[in-house]
Amino acid sequence: ASSFCPPAHSCNDWIGPPDRHSNLRPIVFHIPKNESPLGRRLREFRQETQVWNQQFWASQNVSFRKGKEEFVYSRLKAKGLERKDETGQKITLSAEEMADFYKDFLSKNFKKHVCYNREWYKRNFTITFLMGQVAFERAWRRLGWKKTKVGN
Amino acid sequence: MSAARRCGPSRALTGLFVWHLPKPAVRQMPCKFMHCCGVANKKWITFQHLNFLKRMYVTQYNKDLSQQAKPKTDPVAPPFLEKKHLGQEKTVIREIRPVSPLHPSLSETSNRNEFKAVNSAAVVEDLATAGGVESKEEKQWKEMKLQLDDLPGILARLSKIKLTALVVSTASAGFAIAPVPFDLTCFLLTSIGTGLASCAANSINQFFEVPFDSNMNRTKNRPLVRGQISPLLAVSFAASCAVPGIALLTLGVNPLTGALGAFNIFLYTCCYTPMKRMSIVNTWVGAVVGAIPPIMGWTAATGSLDAGALLLGGILYSWQFPHFNALSWGLREDYSRGGYCMMSVTHPAMCRRVALRHCLALIGLSTMAPILNVTTWNFPLISLPINLYISYLGFRFYRDADRSSSRKLFFCSLWHLPMLLLLMLTCKKSLLEKEDKSELLS
Repeated sequence: ASSFCPPAHSCNDWIGPPDRHSNLRPIVFHIPKNESPLGRRLREFRQETQVWNQQFWASQNVSFRKGKEEFVYSRLKAKGLERKDETGQKITLSAEEMADFYKDFLSKNFKKHVCYNREWYKRNFTITFLMGQVAFERAWRRLGWKKTKVGN
Repeated sequence: MSAARRCGPSRALTGLFVWHLPKPAVRQMPCKFMHCCGVANKKWITFQHLNFLKRMYVTQYNKDLSQQAKPKTDPVAPPFLEKKHLGQEKTVIREIRPVSPLHPSLSETSNRNEFKAVNSAAVVEDLATAGGVESKEEKQWKEMKLQLDDLPGILARLSKIKLTALVVSTASAGFAIAPVPFDLTCFLLTSIGTGLASCAANSINQFFEVPFDSNMNRTKNRPLVRGQISPLLAVSFAASCAVPGIALLTLGVNPLTGALGAFNIFLYTCCYTPMKRMSIVNTWVGAVVGAIPPIMGWTAATGSLDAGALLLGGILYSWQFPHFNALSWGLREDYSRGGYCMMSVTHPAMCRRVALRHCLALIGLSTMAPILNVTTWNFPLISLPINLYISYLGFRFYRDADRSSSRKLFFCSLWHLPMLLLLMLTCKKSLLEKEDKSELLS
């Protein structure tokens, strides 16, 4: 969780740098004073999706890094080499040697991705649809106020 | 390394110009370069990737030249239009002195002073203590407020404008090669309609792929990933391109072309994009997506789907494989981590076999061209050298299966296609010839 606090006068959302683990950019959502129930539903759903996304990708990337490290270690060990060379630099394997790991990791996580994709598409559509509804609602309200002003 | 060579003035300028390429809306775009680098109508923007692979990572932040120490498989899209300070990249960024100004716009004193000021400011920032690091992180937070001056640039990146331009080029090639008198109005309507359709498809693709794009180096600077535009606006933009685009093709050109355009948008956004994460068959679907624009150009000119149109589509279809398979060879790590099902990861031998197979298919298809009355017999003869060359590189890739052979094949594919289309155009069977022949036969 970031310690960032948007300035008080701002009435927009704020987006931050990519997260270290998930590579996703966190958003701090602005809560308008006259937030409608629909607006609130959108904001909360976006917040929930953000947390869900963050969890998935952070765990995915961490497990990838861990798996890669273990693979490299085991391969180097089989070759009779240490993890680091004389200068203290970590020895890396070539892309061809890593290919087995990449294939293995992809197939291991395939089902997880299928479930994630389905959920992501659903959420993405829902968020966008809600955004459309909120935008429409705001425009409608503004039109309504204008009418009453003119009326007075 | 080869830094000295790369930072030589002319090279650096070339680098800068090429770097400008993805942002044609704002920066100048040398058309010559575009033609040289040719027609890569892969809708999964491999062309941009190529540029970055070729050059040293000299990026430009606020007129400042920095060198990113990064392995070559991880190209970064230039954060070109950013006026504010950019988000933290994972790589180490070292400041390098700007190249001595040869370019007229760089030679002005005020610019030079700006260079120095920004340079020193950046250096001071780099030397900041832990407290500074925290405030630096805070500076990276951006307000999600749409800036209207940035909007053209943002929409250009959203619609992958460069790729769109290349797609339009292949459609234009199809139009020009079709055996009918050239109609300028029709040509322009086709180009605009195809361009709009491509913009729409690319925008929807980015809309679907935000979390995946965030996790791949090649795509992590896209507008939706950075929050420069809301998903609602992206979808509205896509709709406002698709509707006029397809309407223009259907009503202004002919319904067949319009139908092909609509079908291609559907194929790319609803088939190819989700399929990328489900099955390796996505590559074949993507090849069809790439083959359709020249077919659209042909049907726009002639009004019918003849054998010639299918031949042209076939050539583009076959071309996709050496092009994409070679590129994907270097992206295996990102694909694996991001969950993309690509041949290069799951079936590496098949990946190389398919690439070679289609290189050879290009020779066969080029031979079909005079048989189908699209070109004269000169075409298979003069295209044989380049077809043999790409087949040779395909064979090397098949045999060696390493980075260097995959890169060679990929770069070859970039000039091979425009060359092939150009040769096709020059060897086009003239209409007079055809009329004479039909008179002789009757």
